Amino acid sequence: MINKHFVLLNKTDNVFVCCKRLLSGCSTTLEDVEVSMTTDITVGHKIARQVIVKGEKIIKYGVSIGSAIEDIAFGEHVHMHNMKSDYIASHTRQSRVGE
Amino acid sequence: MMKGYLRADGRKGIRNIVLVTYLVECAHHVARAIVNESANSNVQLIGFPGCYPNEYSLKIMEGLCTHPNVAGVLIVSLGCEGFNREQLANTIKASGRAVDTLVIQKSGGTRKTIEAGVSSVRELLITAEKTELVAMEISELMVGTICGGSDGTSGIGANPAVGHCFDQLVAKDAICIFEETGELIGCEQIMAERAITPELGVEIMKSVEKAEKYYTKMGYGSFAPGNAEGGLTTQEEKSMGAYAKSGSSKIHGLIKPGDIPTQGGLYLMDVVPDGEPMYGFPNIVDSAEIVEMIASGCHLTLFTTGRGSVVGSAVSPVIKVCANPETYDNLADDMDINAGKVIKGEATVAQVGDEIYELVIEVAQGKQSKSEELGHQEFVLTYKKFSGIGPACLPKVR
Repeated sequence: MINKHFVLLNKTDNVFVCCKRLLSGCSTTLEDVEVSMTTDITVGHKIARQVIVKGEKIIKYGVSIGSAIEDIAFGEHVHMHNMKSDYIASHTRQSRVGE
Repeated sequence: MMKGYLRADGRKGIRNIVLVTYLVECAHHVARAIVNESANSNVQLIGFPGCYPNEYSLKIMEGLCTHPNVAGVLIVSLGCEGFNREQLANTIKASGRAVDTLVIQKSGGTRKTIEAGVSSVRELLITAEKTELVAMEISELMVGTICGGSDGTSGIGANPAVGHCFDQLVAKDAICIFEETGELIGCEQIMAERAITPELGVEIMKSVEKAEKYYTKMGYGSFAPGNAEGGLTTQEEKSMGAYAKSGSSKIHGLIKPGDIPTQGGLYLMDVVPDGEPMYGFPNIVDSAEIVEMIASGCHLTLFTTGRGSVVGSAVSPVIKVCANPETYDNLADDMDINAGKVIKGEATVAQVGDEIYELVIEVAQGKQSKSEELGHQEFVLTYKKFSGIGPACLPKVR
């Protein structure tokens, strides 16, 4: 756990996982760097540990869990809007994403 | 000392259940009425909806009706459906279990069949009560695991804790089964490296490739909207979390639903049908996966959840392990284990894993799990098609 809101699961990861909700506008310190949340981050969601460029792999548990589909800023929410599966498309109740 | 119900075929159960099974939807109401009138939590309902015969569903039904937790079975048939009721009855009889068949078309219809069924169940319960309780070792236990309603916390708390519990069970020579090759897409390489032989590793790779192809054809991965709401973004991310349930033991074999392992160790169940995709989604819902593991002999199932599933199962107890602390607070009545402590920093994965292990033993000794207490006895069985496993899938080496 790097602070009470985020956990780093593997030292090679480029995302943190939220373990306690943090609302938009609130700031937190990630490995000595302060960053302000631009959206609500709830438990289980990911934020970027560093700048991730489009096409780069998203690393969690020390392994690739997909690719960035746009540039992602430090501390930004990493989810269906900016990354996709390298295997099979995911879908939400409203739409299919990442195709 | 653990005790088990000794069956005539030598297997030992942790529950002593009488099953009422309907062989087609047309017999469902009659079978349910028999179970309801019997008003006993040890009298449970299972069944198959379709009228067309299907080898897979017959095999699963045979596995369930001769499960170690089952003492006797009442088969309820309409009469004209395709299900091979004679073979099912013969299989049950050959296992030494009590079996009775009622055919509604030959029994005078709904009312008379229900009356006859209630009296048959009464007799089956009397026979069941005579079952001898004998010493049972941990090495004689078979435990399955699945995840359902997963979220971003599942892979951090609950799944690795179940993996820790599995490692301890396998170390004691119990049989542990994990499954859903479609939810292991992305883990095939690391999983293959854990196979006890390189040939088994190749079979594992092939089973996941098959799953990917099948799910792609269906148009959906094994990924539900709730997974995304809970922070999971991709199939491979969900897979990595799910994979943690398997622990760190060597993988001893690759089985298909209804195959019953006989040697202690960790087994992967390939649940995705063989051949060209037919009959639709591999497993339409979590309960279908639980049913398959029970048909392969699991005495109980460890069910990890993040969003919060409440299901149990007929035949075998389900233990619910909740990864998300917010969900746990919200659904505490349904959850057996609070693995949310891990993400809150209040307990380690190993501590929660030990807690699960202890609860497995207690539930095996008769303690009711939360879903049992609440009366959950979900059951789903549909059509599938499988070919048998290859010779490399169950290596003889240890």
